[in-house]
Parts: sequence; C-alpha cells; structure tokens
Amino acid sequence: MSILVNSQTRVVVQGITGKEGQFHTQQCIEYGTQVVAGVTPGKGGQLMDGVPVFNTVQEAKEKTGATASMILVPPPFAADAILEAIDAEVDLVVCITEGIPVMDMLKVKNYLAQKDTRLIGPNCPGIITPGECKIGIMPGAIHRQGGPVGVVSRSGTLTYEVVHQLSGVGLGQTTCIGIGGDPVNGTGFLDCLRAFNDDPDTEAVVMVGEIGGNAEEQAASWIQENMTKPVVGFIAGITAPPGRRMGHAGAIVSGGQGTAEAKIAAMKECGIHVCEDLGSLGRLCKDVF
Amino acid sequence: MKIHEYQAKELFRKYKVPTPAGGVSESVGGVEEIAAKLGLPVAVKAQIHAGGRGKGGGVKLARTDGDVSAAADTILGMTLITKQTGPEGRVVKKVLVEKGVGIQKELYLSIIPDRETACITIVASRDGGMDIEEVAERSPERIIKVAVNPVTGIQGYHLRRVMFGLELEKPLMKEFSAILKNLYTLFVDYDCSMVEINPLIVTDDNMIVALDAKMDIDSNALYRHPDILEMHDPNEDDPIEAEAAKYNLNYINLDGNVGNMVNGAGLAMATMDIIKQAGAEPANFLDVGGGASAEMVENGFRLILSDPKVKGILINIFGGILRCDVLAQGVVRAAEKVKLSVPVVVRMEGTNVEEGRRILAESGLKLINANDLADAAEKVAGIVA
Repeated sequence: MSILVNSQTRVVVQGITGKEGQFHTQQCIEYGTQVVAGVTPGKGGQLMDGVPVFNTVQEAKEKTGATASMILVPPPFAADAILEAIDAEVDLVVCITEGIPVMDMLKVKNYLAQKDTRLIGPNCPGIITPGECKIGIMPGAIHRQGGPVGVVSRSGTLTYEVVHQLSGVGLGQTTCIGIGGDPVNGTGFLDCLRAFNDDPDTEAVVMVGEIGGNAEEQAASWIQENMTKPVVGFIAGITAPPGRRMGHAGAIVSGGQGTAEAKIAAMKECGIHVCEDLGSLGRLCKDVF
Repeated sequence: MKIHEYQAKELFRKYKVPTPAGGVSESVGGVEEIAAKLGLPVAVKAQIHAGGRGKGGGVKLARTDGDVSAAADTILGMTLITKQTGPEGRVVKKVLVEKGVGIQKELYLSIIPDRETACITIVASRDGGMDIEEVAERSPERIIKVAVNPVTGIQGYHLRRVMFGLELEKPLMKEFSAILKNLYTLFVDYDCSMVEINPLIVTDDNMIVALDAKMDIDSNALYRHPDILEMHDPNEDDPIEAEAAKYNLNYINLDGNVGNMVNGAGLAMATMDIIKQAGAEPANFLDVGGGASAEMVENGFRLILSDPKVKGILINIFGGILRCDVLAQGVVRAAEKVKLSVPVVVRMEGTNVEEGRRILAESGLKLINANDLADAAEKVAGIVA
C-alpha cells in the first residue's frame, strides 16, 4: 500500500514539450509511471514519446482519464497551470517548478482551500511510491519498494540522501513525498503524516525539515497527540545565519523565528526521535523502527 | 530584493503615502543645496540597506548650516556598522536629506505575507520608533495583527480593526484609512515580501507621514517589475555572492574556513551542519542546484577559491538524475583548470558512484575520497584543524 499515488495513477504532464518536461516525462515512463497525456497550449494533436499532447488540461482529462498532473512549466506560467489543473478537477497536482512569486501562490492556496484537489509543491522533487508510480524529478533507482517507511520532506537532494540511507540499511519506503521548499505550498507535513498514520502498510515515518516557518513545530505537536507510529526527524540548518535565505525561499530564520534549535527541541519534546547527525540517519532508523 | 529608503519613498509618493520633502545626494555640496532649498532643520540619513542606522551614527538632525555640512561630511564615506551589517559594516555612498518635522506621535506599520494562513498580514502598533521585535516580546498586547485574504483584498473592516486597535483619534481616521489602503495596494502591485514604516508619525499639525520606509521585493517576481530591477545598487552586493548569481549559483559567505559545494539547498545546509559537528566551521553556503552540471562545479570551485579564508574544501554531491561519473569528470576538469591550492575532500553518492570514484582516483589530482558524510566531515575538519 501507499499514499496518494500507486500503479493505478494516470498522469498528465503540463509543459510536456519543454526541455525539462520531455526529459522528466521519459524518466517517469521508464520508471513505470502511467503517463497518459501531456499539455502544451498550441501543440495539441502531437505525440511526445508516444504520449498524446493536448491544448488544455480539461481536454486531456476528458480524453484520457488522467487523475494526477505533473507541472513542469516556467515560473511566470506556473500559477496559471496549477489553477487550470484545479479547475479541471484533477485529484492530485504535483508542481515541480521553482521560483513562483509568493503573491501568485497566496492566491492559489486560497483557491485550493475551496476545492478537493490536492497540491504537492511547488519547488519540490515530487512524490514516489517505489515500484509503482513516480511523479517528479527524483532518481527512481535509490528507492526500495515494499515499505515499511513513509518519508516526508521539505527538501530535494537531502531527501535522496535520506532515502538512500534507508534503502542501504534494508528499509524500503511506502511513499516518499517532497512537499517543497517554498514558504507557501500546497500539501504540508500534517497532511502527509495523517495519511501515513492511516496507511496500514506504513509502519514508521521519517520527517525531514529545515529552518524557517513553524510547520515542523506544528507537525510535532500533531504527532504527539495523534501519531500511532514511530517518527524519526531531521532538521537542516543549525549553522544557517539569521536573516539569510538558504537557497529555498522558505528557509530563512527571521526575527528569532524558525531556528533549527527551536524545531529540534519541539520535536524531541513531542517524542520524535531526532537525528542530529545526518551521517547516521539510516542506522538510527534501523534501531528505532 | 531590498531597496533603499529613498527609493521606497519614491514608490510611497507614487501611491499617495505621504513622506517628508527631501532629496538624495552623494556629495556634501549637494546635501547643502538640498538643505537650503528645504529650510532647516533637516535630517541627514545614510542610505544603506541594513537597519539600525540611527544607532550606528548614520542619521543626524541638523539645525544650522554648520550642522548640515558637518553631518554630510561625517556620514558620506563613513563605514557604517549596525547589527545588520556585520562587523565589516557598509560604506555610505548616498544620503537622503529630509525636512525635519515636529512629531506628536510615533506609530509602527508593516505588511508581510503569512506563509501559514496564505493571507497578507498588517502589523501595527502604538509603540512606533522602537525595535518592534522587542515590543512584541515585552507587550504583545500592543501589537495589532490583521489578516487580509489576498483574493478578496483589503476591506473597510480591516482598516477599522487597525485604526481602533491603534486608538487613533477620529479626525485622523480618514487620512489613515487612505494611507493604509494605498500601502496595501503598493504591497500587492509590487510583489513585496515586506513593507515597513517605523515610525509612521502624526506631526504637530496632525498630518500622518512615513518618516522611514523599508521595502523588500520577492526576487521571484522581479521579472514583472523592471523598475525595481533598475533600483538595484551594486554597492550593497557581496562581490562573491554577486559573481555567484551570474552563474546561477546560490552562494552565501560565512565566517569559517571549510569551503563546501553541494547540490541542493537542503543537503547544502545539512552539509554545513555536519562540518560544524565535526569541529570545523563552514566558509560558505553553496548550492549548485539539484541538477548540477560540470560547468557549475567549475564555477563553484572558482568562487570558493576566491575566498582567502578557505583552507580546505568539501564537495558533497548526491548524483541523481546527474550521474556520478559525469560529475566526476566535471570535478577533474574543473580542478585542473582552476589549479587547486587547498586539499579537496569529495563525497559522492548515487547513480554510477563506483565509476565516479574510479575517475577521481585515477585523475592524479590530490582529491581525498570520503566513503560517507560522516567520513567526509571528519576528513575535512582534520585538514583545517
């Protein structure tokens, strides 16, 4: 089992004819994802690696029964693409695009709140259920199928590091979700934790956070009250100087808020097994789980 | 992207948010001329991006012609050190000269996006002119926060909640409403990540005026604000960080002596942390991007080596889509080109890692191979110890 995506998931790629879109569509297909459609306005009717291209998401969904969308369009057009997918009532939208203006995302998030669509990202590596479905840009080969660990993370390559260590110690993953490094995003830690808690095949969860905001603190108190499965946590950015944005738009300590120390303390208080040395995360999980 | 106070005030005036009359100059003569036109007294204010300018001696009130010349002479060219500039400070190249105004009351007003609620939050306080974070800590009840939904925009009740919260006198309300509404419009129109007025004053003759102005604009949105791009002041850039930006690299200069280069921001932060845990200090944050190329690695090397503090380098790359063998070739080529002067520890993991390690080992370069993260941090800490 898994959460959100599996072998039945039918994917439409928005921005399929772009350089990134083409490359990652191929990678997803190779991994075994059912990519059933692509969308590039003005290129409807073409075939891209055997995948039919449509002008609108609406049409793509009607003709192919797509249930999920992967968005790989440039930042100025990304909010439009997300809203288009929401209005076409696609169940799951995964937006990989980095660099969307915050003002655009504020509006998207408010619109999303009234709809049933789930958004993952933006500025994220995507979601993968190993062996079944990969919607995103993560390297498929480092994952190990069959569970029992669910992974949720704000980061990209840091998640790959974590997954690699898990697979290395023989711990497979049910589903891995990168929720993205932007300050305003769709799915948060809480939504993923809730889903993992309800998924019978997920027996434990690894949660990877970083400086900025207070999503980790909120997740920690939710875990304390509701989570029935063990959680290992990691926070990046202990050495990050205040007031500087550490790559991700959301990763910034400002006004004494969002420090790694505060997050680690909150996680420990809530019974999360905090890994303070990334090099030993895999071993720690092996011990705890 | 931050802009200067005088630039923010230009935008304020465009949006009918009142500011004191004034002008900008880079010379003592220019300052004297502006002061003569405005009439005394005037305030002479250093134009640098960092806050805390007053405490650092970068803001002076001049009551006589002699004061004006002395203030301009002292501030122009000074190295202004505030708690936000760091110990090296910032050289002042421009000052804003403004007509002095009689202050009856000082308020605080700012607008910021709230990541959690996806709203735009107005923050106001009666305790203007002070460090707002201190006010928030000492007397949180004196901070008013009003969330505005960006889809429906600012409404009358938002304005009223702020004004009644500030206990504003009735005759001032009409003017304050207009100013706050205009400031909100400016915030949205310009994709701001912060607009702050501290203090927003009520003058002796009951006018509301923005005595200070801070604006930070979402760098992701600059493509639709060419006028803001023109306001960029290279004097405010760290030279290495500016160079990095040209190559699309994300670099932040830090105080330690271990240079490091990592693909991905999260992993880069974690790598800095692990360097510190091994007993050393990172010299930088450098994210070459999730899909780093050989060319980016080469530019990354150049940047790190241009920092004289660096005594050792740690490269930590998780090869995903980018294969480790391709990356290793890039490292070797780059190392040959830039003539490495300090030891380099390489930790590589991911797709085709064996082939990548072989290429590094056979390169004849003095690259130190690390088996995993912990090993890498220990090795590089040992080198700089």
